[in-house]
Amino acid sequence: MVTPRQAAAAVVDPELRVLTIEELGILRDVRVDGERVTVTITPTYTGCPAMDVIRADVQQAVRAAGYSDVAVETVFAPAWTTDWISDAGRAKLAAAGIAPPHRAGPVRLSLTVRCPRCGSPDTEQLSRFGSTACKALWRCRACAEPFDHVKAL
Amino acid sequence: MNGVDRLLRLGDDALIAAQRLAEWHASSPEMEEDVALANIALDQLGAARLFLTYAGESLGKDEDALAYLRDDREFRNCLLVELPNGDFAVTMAKLLFLSAYQLPLYTALAARPDERLAAIAAKARKESAYHLDHGSQWTIRLGDGTEESHRRMQDAVDQIWPYTHELTAGEVSRTDWLANVEPVLDEATLARPADDGWAPDGGRSGVHTEHLSCLLAEMQVVHRAYPGARW
Repeated sequence: MVTPRQAAAAVVDPELRVLTIEELGILRDVRVDGERVTVTITPTYTGCPAMDVIRADVQQAVRAAGYSDVAVETVFAPAWTTDWISDAGRAKLAAAGIAPPHRAGPVRLSLTVRCPRCGSPDTEQLSRFGSTACKALWRCRACAEPFDHVKAL
Repeated sequence: MNGVDRLLRLGDDALIAAQRLAEWHASSPEMEEDVALANIALDQLGAARLFLTYAGESLGKDEDALAYLRDDREFRNCLLVELPNGDFAVTMAKLLFLSAYQLPLYTALAARPDERLAAIAAKARKESAYHLDHGSQWTIRLGDGTEESHRRMQDAVDQIWPYTHELTAGEVSRTDWLANVEPVLDEATLARPADDGWAPDGGRSGVHTEHLSCLLAEMQVVHRAYPGARW
């Protein structure tokens, strides 16, 4: 039998499709109160357009596990940081060619981002913003591959 | 200023800034900047939705009613955000000056006893820090660039400067704002305009430039023509 927690935790992030919302660190709580399941999530960025899809996916997943009364709540505090991405999540990002963020919050100095393909530290930032709100665009000087990097936040 | 007024100011600043930035979409100087400005607009829109939803709960209106069904005199945004984008230098001056204001403002609000407001501000302040960084980098690159880019960046700073007085007439002090702006202008080899000139205001009491009316016409037309329409 799948618990509500397991069902919600298995939902895949629609914009980082190699991660579950639990690995991304945006699943904050799953509460069961009688028949009612309340799932609490938090956005990565305030304007994250994926939140509606995530809410719908969580609803569907928990219902499919046999719980018909599901509420999804959104909280903003404490604010999500990239430090909440689990180690398993970081490994999955790197394996998918997306450079994971540094630990320890935003740093204004430029730290080297390793190429997720060849591992070279000889990389450069092409754009401080990328395909989604949480990513920046980088390129590896060694193997010449462009890649996404999840910005430290 | 009561709580609803504050929320409307915060929400309207963010909403109008988002709408202006979105005008650059598909016409920025380079593709990466298209993505950057759209992302910043999205951050502003995200904050605007949270502030306006919160404000609307006291007013019996939802975020859409506040965004689409108010007229210009009911908006409480500062004049700076409604000014036209101008050239890219003007847009970067606006971005630098606005984020240099939003960052200390959100930082202060994050420590307020209103937990819901504090949570939104704590979230948005991280995004503002990134916007400030982006505006700073471009101001420096253009100011300390070619003769032409320097001239245009200086013109932009001079043109927008008068509107910054309205930002620092309230909860953010001129000193705190200048602490974010002056080092950037210095590094960009730009002259900091004097503070004793023209200082237009009125946005906070609903007296706007004509630019807001034109912006609202475009932003609101579909919702007003087809009330209740959904995608």
